[in-house]
Amino acid sequence: MTLNRRGFLGAAAAASALAAPMVRAQARPRVVVVGGGAGGATAARYIAKDSQGAIDVTLIEPTRTYYTCFFSNLYIGGFRELSSIAHTYGTLAAEYGINVVHDWAVGVDRDARTVTLAGGGVVGYDKLVLSPGIDFVDGAVPGWDLSAQGRMPHAYKAGTQSELLKRQIMAMPEGGTYVMVAPPNPYRCPPGPYERISMVAHHLKTNNPTAKIIIADPKAKFSKQALFEEGWQKHYSGMIERIGPDFGGENVSVNPADMTVDIDGEVINADVVNVIPAQKAGAICDAAGLTEGNWAPVDGHSMVSRMDENVYILGDATNQGDMPKSGFSANSQAKAAAMAIRGALTGSRVFPAKYSNTCWSLIAPEDGIKVGAAYEPTAEKIASVSSFVSQTGEDAALRKTTYEESLGWYAGITADMFG
Amino acid sequence: MRRLLALVIVALAPMGPALADETAELIGDVERGERLFQQCRSCHQIGAGADNRIGPHLNGIFGRTAGALDGFRYSRSMERAFGDGLIWDLRTLDAYIENPRALISGTRMSYRGMADPQDRMDLLAFLRDNTASPQDIPESAPTAVRREVDLPPEILAIVGDVAYGEYLASECLTCHRRDGGDEGIPSITHWPEEDFVIAMHAYKRKLRPHPVMQMMAGRLNDEEIAALAAYFAALD
Repeated sequence: MTLNRRGFLGAAAAASALAAPMVRAQARPRVVVVGGGAGGATAARYIAKDSQGAIDVTLIEPTRTYYTCFFSNLYIGGFRELSSIAHTYGTLAAEYGINVVHDWAVGVDRDARTVTLAGGGVVGYDKLVLSPGIDFVDGAVPGWDLSAQGRMPHAYKAGTQSELLKRQIMAMPEGGTYVMVAPPNPYRCPPGPYERISMVAHHLKTNNPTAKIIIADPKAKFSKQALFEEGWQKHYSGMIERIGPDFGGENVSVNPADMTVDIDGEVINADVVNVIPAQKAGAICDAAGLTEGNWAPVDGHSMVSRMDENVYILGDATNQGDMPKSGFSANSQAKAAAMAIRGALTGSRVFPAKYSNTCWSLIAPEDGIKVGAAYEPTAEKIASVSSFVSQTGEDAALRKTTYEESLGWYAGITADMFG
Repeated sequence: MRRLLALVIVALAPMGPALADETAELIGDVERGERLFQQCRSCHQIGAGADNRIGPHLNGIFGRTAGALDGFRYSRSMERAFGDGLIWDLRTLDAYIENPRALISGTRMSYRGMADPQDRMDLLAFLRDNTASPQDIPESAPTAVRREVDLPPEILAIVGDVAYGEYLASECLTCHRRDGGDEGIPSITHWPEEDFVIAMHAYKRKLRPHPVMQMMAGRLNDEEIAALAAYFAALD
């Protein structure tokens, strides 16, 4: 039973280490999961847990320490330590028997049913789960590419980028300027940019109250807009200026060398430029030939790819219908996919998929808001069946409860992902 | 065995807090305390015929060792308190009701705490009224939990499909922790099935206010609610 999984986990050369589980796996169906975030970690854990050893599960995730994107804004705002959003894969390996491989998946041969790793290894599968999250669309913001992320961070994948952005904000000169270039739809975490604005404003109000925040936004409307705008007026009056598309917010270019932002012809000298570019499915989806446009289409009944019945795709990378790209959504989708995969491989019972999502955001200390919906699959898409959203003018006690609820959710979902 | 031993020790303790109150010192307004107890009733029973529900029954709570009732599945933290010999008396109950997690960090009791000291004393006066000891007033009237929603017996009689419940529960477990941990989101682990079913129907009919739960319960049918109740009651 224990084929030295710990040793496997720690092995530096994935290719040589892979030999052991490959041999052992002959008798058992094999599932390979690419990506260890809210979709992938949950799927791996549920398949391993519920199949009770009947399925061989390999999780491929490049980072040994995973930082959740959700709650990374709270780190930027000073409400969390970075270490509090860091997670490792030891429990999934040790307690759930998942083969955790820290490497990049760079290619999929869908005919041979193998995944190729950057380190040279090749892993065979019966069912493949892709949950790679997002990548950025090249050229989405003229003047910016990935080589500029050290000067103009996106901080839209958590970890070192979050640290960099926070450092830059803390180092802003008195009365300095922070500019966010907000992304067009669809993108990861719809309220995320605006929660971030709230967190930056909270930091600046406390430490640098004459500083300014400018948002260049290509969207006419955004998630929880009335709630955020009410909160900004209440807590950060006069500090935040949002330039929407009617004032050229979609016509933006940046110059990382001299730290300027051109918004519809007006050049702004900025101290921090937070560029969140337009997004697309993580590159492995394209490499596997499973995308249409920027995203990977899936059948909402099981999250199976519309192009390959042996590949399931989860979370931000998918085009599934009405669900927002969020960690909660990916976690919800992972459970439906895990059930379908177990059913296909072991004949276990398969029930109709149900999905849900809630996104909490923090505007100011103990001022939390939320939006959510329940979803069910139709032939065309995953469709919203009911929804709710926090109301403007709610009292402080309710907002505090909502914030506390978000802390409980964070503890719950990360336990659900990482064991 | 361990539990029995501790009970013996409690019984032998010469100055149990209940006995210390032999003179029935007035600590608060019992009637007001009974009204305050309304917020406890969805989980706790007290009075004649009281039984363990989501929380343990509270008859004789004064002088009881924490985590000591047979037939109730306590949180690990409460079992630790039992091992530590924590005894419920005026002081410990007051601290617990003021902020449950400050005293028992991992308690499954989803109660945020009662800030006002007089409220707590009134509530404790009511609880003490239901602690049998020589000086105690006659048992108060039966206080069987009034159901929040009147469900036809056939709904309560549905036997939940645990396997289906396990799948449906995966949606709950994004927020509610399987181990019963409670940090901002209440535990639903080990609830009696009937209480679970009633609570879910109360959300479904929007009698309980929480919007997320109204949405979640709103799309579950009677069989699905029964399946969830069966699953969460049967968890290890």
